[in-house]
Amino acid sequence: MSLRYGGGDPQRAELTRDGETPPEKPDLAAVGPLAVSPASMFGLANPQRFMSATRRLPAALGVLAAVLFAAGAWLSFTAPEDYQQGDTVRIMFVHVPAAWMSLAVYAALGGTSFFSLVFRHALADAAARAAAPIGAAFTALALATGSLWGRPMWGTWWEWDARLTSVLVLFLFYVGYMALRASIDDEQKAGRAAAVLALAGLVNLPIVKFSVDWWNTLHQPASVFRADGPAMTADLLTPLLVMGLAYTVFFTALWIVSIRAEINQRRANALALRAAGGA
Amino acid sequence: MNAFLTLYRRELALAWGRGGGALLACGFYAGVATLVPLAVGPDAERLGAVGPGVAWMALALSALLSLERLYERDFEDGTLDLLALGPVPLAVVALAKGLAQWTAGGLPLAVVAPVAAMVLGAPVTLAPLTFAAALVGGLGFAMVGGMGAALALGARRGGVLIAVVVLPLFCPPVIFGAGAIEAVAQGMDWTSGFALLAAYSLGALALCPFATAAAIRNALS
Repeated sequence: MSLRYGGGDPQRAELTRDGETPPEKPDLAAVGPLAVSPASMFGLANPQRFMSATRRLPAALGVLAAVLFAAGAWLSFTAPEDYQQGDTVRIMFVHVPAAWMSLAVYAALGGTSFFSLVFRHALADAAARAAAPIGAAFTALALATGSLWGRPMWGTWWEWDARLTSVLVLFLFYVGYMALRASIDDEQKAGRAAAVLALAGLVNLPIVKFSVDWWNTLHQPASVFRADGPAMTADLLTPLLVMGLAYTVFFTALWIVSIRAEINQRRANALALRAAGGA
Repeated sequence: MNAFLTLYRRELALAWGRGGGALLACGFYAGVATLVPLAVGPDAERLGAVGPGVAWMALALSALLSLERLYERDFEDGTLDLLALGPVPLAVVALAKGLAQWTAGGLPLAVVAPVAAMVLGAPVTLAPLTFAAALVGGLGFAMVGGMGAALALGARRGGVLIAVVVLPLFCPPVIFGAGAIEAVAQGMDWTSGFALLAAYSLGALALCPFATAAAIRNALS
């Protein structure tokens, strides 16, 4: 392995700390090799620096998210009733941000997968792995709350509407990613195979979205209640945006906690392996 | 080119000859088609309404059948290592495999599909389009499926995994293919659906070999 950094560089220290695993098991040198990858030009790409920089961050973000959730909930419940939907409009404040997050997290999954595939970056791989279950949970929440909202509004729990269908397919993408990741034993191979799948999914998502829209206009569904009748007024928009912000901060906190757990686990594995090899 | 043809012929012989090949896929297809009236009821009107769509869904399912053997056997006996070492790029290997898969599995299924659709109550006039759409869609199924098969290399329970990974990616071709046929049945313009189906398959033909090659290289590393 060629090192491009001087002896005093912290990345080198990182490499000697965690990179020394038995040569016959190079795949478990999980945190080491990335120290020399091109992406380390981003300061936080070094796991060591990432770990020390984010030590306090999840707690702070968690508190911020709690405050935002409280404010959002207060605004949601004090917002005036919609003249058409009555109280059920409040489901929107839970549902719509979840749907936003389901897409945003898939974008994050695709982006981190790209970095892990192209730059062989272990931190990006850990981030992709951590993002998938959280994104799947947001997608499931969007589907569940959408269903609960659909019951009073459309009179049905499920309508094969274009948006519902494409979110369902998005959920299946998440499931496929996690299933692939879980069923390959070798961590590094599983990560790279899953990254290829995540990128294929990223290319396919717009196609799926387009095809589902096309399919829906072909079938011309029975007239569905249209939520976008009047343009949204400010007293509904404000709680929605606050909730959106709360979801985003909440996701960031969860993501960082989850990445940190992933890195710690890999370190523990590497240490256990070294202990076993040295005995 | 010569190497490509040799590879294609080898894959075709393997896909066609071993383990039932085309007969297996067609038998599966016929089995699924037989279950439909048993589940929906023999009422001709009802069957005619769902027939073409169900024929397409069964096509997507049948395309999954032979995927597990596509790369797994070559991976286990070391052929894939040799192919990776050889002069032909892995993407071209993936292309040859996908095309052979299409010829050996997609073509027979495309012949059976109109028959099954007619038995399920679709009018005879739909048969040519059903054949053409099944043939074109089969190319997309084979290429995307090949990528799924390569991704699942070295995984436990490869077969089910391939299905879970690949089926969401099969949504667009199923929509476009069944949509084109549905459009004809309703007396509307079918060309847009068919053109979109062809676009999907050609896009898969262009892109999937590279993703497949990346997946194979990862599995061999």
